[in-house]
Amino acid sequence: MRGLWFRIGPIITVVIAIFVLWYAGSVALNSAWAHDKAKRAGVELSTSELIADTMNQKKPKLPPPHQVGAEIWKTTGDMVLRGKAFSKRSLIYHSWITLSSTLLGFVLGTALGIALAVGIVYNRTMDMSIMPWVIASQTIPILAIAPMIIVVLNAIGISGLLPKAVISMYLSFFPVVVGMVKGLRSPDHMQLDQMKTWNASGNQEFWKLRLPSSMPYLFTSLKVAMAASLVGAIVGELPTGAVAGLGARLLGGSYYGQTIQIWSALLTAAALAAALVGIIGVIQKHVLKRMGMAQ
Amino acid sequence: MSWLIAGIVVWLVGWGLNVWLANLPKTRLTRLVVPVLFGVTLIAIWECVVQGFNINPVLLPPPSMIAVRFASSTSILWQDFVQTVIKGALSGYIIGCGAAFLIAVVIDRFPFLQRGLLPIGNFVAALPVIGMAPILVMWFGFDWQSKAAVVVIMVFFPMLVNTVQGLQATDHMQRDLMRTYAASYPQTLLKLRLPAAMPFIFNGLKISTTLALIGAIVAEFFGSPIKGMGFRISTEVGRLALDMVWAEIVVAAIVGSAFYGGVALLEKAVTFWHPSQRGQE
Repeated sequence: MRGLWFRIGPIITVVIAIFVLWYAGSVALNSAWAHDKAKRAGVELSTSELIADTMNQKKPKLPPPHQVGAEIWKTTGDMVLRGKAFSKRSLIYHSWITLSSTLLGFVLGTALGIALAVGIVYNRTMDMSIMPWVIASQTIPILAIAPMIIVVLNAIGISGLLPKAVISMYLSFFPVVVGMVKGLRSPDHMQLDQMKTWNASGNQEFWKLRLPSSMPYLFTSLKVAMAASLVGAIVGELPTGAVAGLGARLLGGSYYGQTIQIWSALLTAAALAAALVGIIGVIQKHVLKRMGMAQ
Repeated sequence: MSWLIAGIVVWLVGWGLNVWLANLPKTRLTRLVVPVLFGVTLIAIWECVVQGFNINPVLLPPPSMIAVRFASSTSILWQDFVQTVIKGALSGYIIGCGAAFLIAVVIDRFPFLQRGLLPIGNFVAALPVIGMAPILVMWFGFDWQSKAAVVVIMVFFPMLVNTVQGLQATDHMQRDLMRTYAASYPQTLLKLRLPAAMPFIFNGLKISTTLALIGAIVAEFFGSPIKGMGFRISTEVGRLALDMVWAEIVVAAIVGSAFYGGVALLEKAVTFWHPSQRGQE
């Protein structure tokens, strides 16, 4: 029992500290507006009235957690109860839009990444000419060209899911390439020699030695790729003019000063990221256990 | 038609040359020439394809047009560079990495904080932090301060996690040796643990260079004064002036690579003793 508390206790403490800081911050940031309002109304605010006011503003500078929580409930659970889970005002609908392009981009990026990694490991020319560019491609702030990709693909008639997925793909292929190259090269000389003594063909060597031994590397990179893919999908939704998706909720919120809406979209995105990465973690645990590689 | 043939010729020649070069013994020269040749071939093919198929420059401008636009609007590009990179990205990078470093040293001193903050730091490092951009723009105004704030938040957690990890990189033997020397905490920190943490710290610094540029540019999509790379990209896309957009991308690519390269060079100078650096000669 002490072991559990030893691990969880500090985390709970820090989380509580974050909430306390959050409330303190929203009192501090929102009080200016409350004072302003009181002055115009010609009343003097007591401290408790001031705090009560900062907790319940319509467009607070920093909405306190319970307001954000209420907004999230109103746009998810409440909508489901009223049978309108996929209406345009529901966060579930927007999350689904973002999730679908995230997943498509993630799958495309992973496929591209693995293909490139296999090419790089098996072909010397590819290794020398492409690998430096793969690395260089990430020093370029690629998110900056997201609007252009969207607009150009739109102009040639491709719109909707695919342009966003392309951006997600671009962000997510890099960790997969780097991880897989490392993983496919991870069998040492002894093991490769052993395959040679068994007269294994190149194919057999790949499927039975290199690919299995790259799995731990693959899963680690998949987690990074998934997080990057979500970022790509969200940023990809910005330049489409705030139509649908979590990114559009962010942009729409910032146009109209709806801070509560921004925060609820942000927290939903965070929950989505945590869930996706968590799922990969669970799969990783099971696969590696079955393969006898669990740490 | 002749453009297309030229394109195919360039492709074949570039490919053949690269295969030949790559199969020569690896030297410093081939290691440099092969990727450069690959890039040059790609750009030449791009030019030929665009000219040959008469692709509308609104969709994909040829490299020559981008180069002309780049050369003719250097003053605007410079102005955007100063606004976004120097004021936004660089100041945020320094503040964010500096703060993360100091807090990492504090966290390292207190195991309780380490067990509490590190899992949360790891969690936050995976979140789409860029979403904070609209909120920060609202708090800090449209000018570069809000961009710097976005950058601070983006680089903070990767840097924190890496530094804390680095400070734990020494093993028991080494720390016990410091104890037998009766070294005080600051002495151990300065002479053993910080130097040992350097590879990790530089890893964090390198990851942060890209994040800093992305943060500064994307934050400008949420509102900015009428200069800055992100602002220029989003408005010129709206006007379908894609050559200007590409010129900004060229600037971003050069800045990003130079920033990363600079930190990598610094790393080489500081961690010359580390196996990953020694192995390269």
